[in-house]
Amino acid sequence: MTTAVSLKAITRRFGEVLALDAIDLDIAEGEFFAMLGPSGSGKTTCLRVIAGFEQPSSGELSIFGQRAEGVPPYKRNVNTVFQDYALFPHLNVIDNVAYSLMLRKVPVAERYSQAEAVLDMVKLAGYGMRRPGQLSGGQRQRVALARALVNQPKVLLLDEPLGALDLKLREQMQEELKSLQKRLGITFIFVTHDQGEAMSMADRIAVFNLGKIMQVGTPEEIYLKPASRFVADFVGSSNVLPPDFVARTTGKASWASLRPEAITVTAGAGQPDLTGTVVARNYLGATTRITVDLGGQRLHAVLPSGAGVPLEGSVVTVDFDPSALHRMDDTP
Amino acid sequence: MSAASSAFLEHRRGPLTGLSDLFWRRPKLLVFLLLVPPLLWLGVIYVGSLVALLMQSFYAIDEFSGMVDYDVLTLKTYGELFRPANLDIIIRTVLMAMAVTLASAVIAFPIAYMAARYVRGRWKAMFYLAVMLPLWSSYLVKIYAWKLILAKEGILNWIFAQLHLTGALEAYLGLPVVGGGSLSISYTGTFLVFVYVWMPYMILPTQAALERVPVNLTDASSDLGGTPWQTFRHVIFPLALPGIIAGSIFTFSLTLGDYIIPQIVGSSRLFIGQAVYAHQGTAGNIPLAAAFSVVPIVIMGLYLWMAQRKGAFDAL
Repeated sequence: MTTAVSLKAITRRFGEVLALDAIDLDIAEGEFFAMLGPSGSGKTTCLRVIAGFEQPSSGELSIFGQRAEGVPPYKRNVNTVFQDYALFPHLNVIDNVAYSLMLRKVPVAERYSQAEAVLDMVKLAGYGMRRPGQLSGGQRQRVALARALVNQPKVLLLDEPLGALDLKLREQMQEELKSLQKRLGITFIFVTHDQGEAMSMADRIAVFNLGKIMQVGTPEEIYLKPASRFVADFVGSSNVLPPDFVARTTGKASWASLRPEAITVTAGAGQPDLTGTVVARNYLGATTRITVDLGGQRLHAVLPSGAGVPLEGSVVTVDFDPSALHRMDDTP
Repeated sequence: MSAASSAFLEHRRGPLTGLSDLFWRRPKLLVFLLLVPPLLWLGVIYVGSLVALLMQSFYAIDEFSGMVDYDVLTLKTYGELFRPANLDIIIRTVLMAMAVTLASAVIAFPIAYMAARYVRGRWKAMFYLAVMLPLWSSYLVKIYAWKLILAKEGILNWIFAQLHLTGALEAYLGLPVVGGGSLSISYTGTFLVFVYVWMPYMILPTQAALERVPVNLTDASSDLGGTPWQTFRHVIFPLALPGIIAGSIFTFSLTLGDYIIPQIVGSSRLFIGQAVYAHQGTAGNIPLAAAFSVVPIVIMGLYLWMAQRKGAFDAL
């Protein structure tokens, strides 16, 4: 498989701040790749380095095998869907989409027929004459997507593409993006702080924190086998258990993560280390999430909703299969 | 619960509070009261005096006595504007205003762009200070200062001499129209002073317009294959155009109406403002002076109409 984008020891400094700290990453052609992390973790800077808006302070960046440091964005066959869409307010929708074709001096008739075809692909046929200001957030998002795709780029970068949309629309766009990517076979790299979004869309995820990549893997690997406490905590709201607690319950001390759905709860007191009080109870529909206080150590458990879910204040015993416990090394 | 407590705040009482309540209930009353003084000013003092001035241009003047006849309304004065000597004055003024506007726009743009994009915090305050500083000193003083700078014995000539470029300056001054005896008595001198004096009026609106162009539009254009020049031509310039037009309205109309700068720095040929001054003063031909002052109004009207047709205000 061809490597679409390759980063070797990419570092980006802003004055004293290390926005990217020796990032190594290979993204394969045709992959749907997510960069996940909290704000300020370096994921957007990483995307901007690939797009060419930022130059790495050191390190090597290759796009389809060609070294790209010092190559300006307008020479890269890479296009971006911007977070707030960055549509040109003085141009109507069709001219926004045809912008890159206009710059390449494609004849007018061909320019508009291509732009119209891409608008059709994002389900905005017939909206060409409107101004961006007359569109809803979701429609603007589609125009931004069409504008970036009309060039048939080798890599499409998406910076928090769905961040400004409401939940319903976001879920719909997630599916559409996913199927669009499958159909076009273009490498998609998208940045998000929403772990659910990364999980549901990406083939692989890189988890960023403090300018470093904490873990790269498939959504399953990241969810089931987090490499560090940060990943366990940030992805999937796992319980992160300290070594002394793990030692008391399983006999061997180490940090560990435990998924909330792997925990079972029975009413009444049992083994002292695993007996506690329900301190919170959140109804989520099909499931209910409870928080149990085990003498200071809090555990979240997700149970099927129904009569079996213990009430707030009741004493319960928690239980889990030791094999569900995922041990982690000392990396924070 | 104490007896004093109620659903309403006790301290919100008194006659002025009653007035606030009235305005709160009738917001249009407040707007009306706020608008009365400016509307009176605009309507009576400003538009009224303008109309009175325009009326003057329709009165006849007795060619022998030079007395204005208020009983006869005529368009003859406007016909006089088209006499070659007067037409020359109009064309000269318009060409100068166009040249000044174009030069101001070209010089102001990079300054405004720097200020809008790259300058932050303390340096931004310095920028505003630097742009506004010339406006703090008297306009007359500045023009006389320029007369000294541009004079044959002035510093500019001296600099040219030091650089051994006096020959080039002489050759330039030998050119028809733009040249003359020295810079201070040439159209070039008038032009330089106009550009200097009106520059802040071009920089500030252009900078305000550029300030409102989001940086990520530049990124987007570049991302879509736009070279810096293409990005300027297709994104930044169209979006800054309303600001440039606003600035050009200042530079253009101020140049059209000014009568002091060409009087002090320049050849002795008249500009519209000087013609108005001469006709209402020594010549006592108030109707022709009034007709002359209508010219800039008509030209500005046409200019704005054309700018609007060209879509200069679409991005507002």
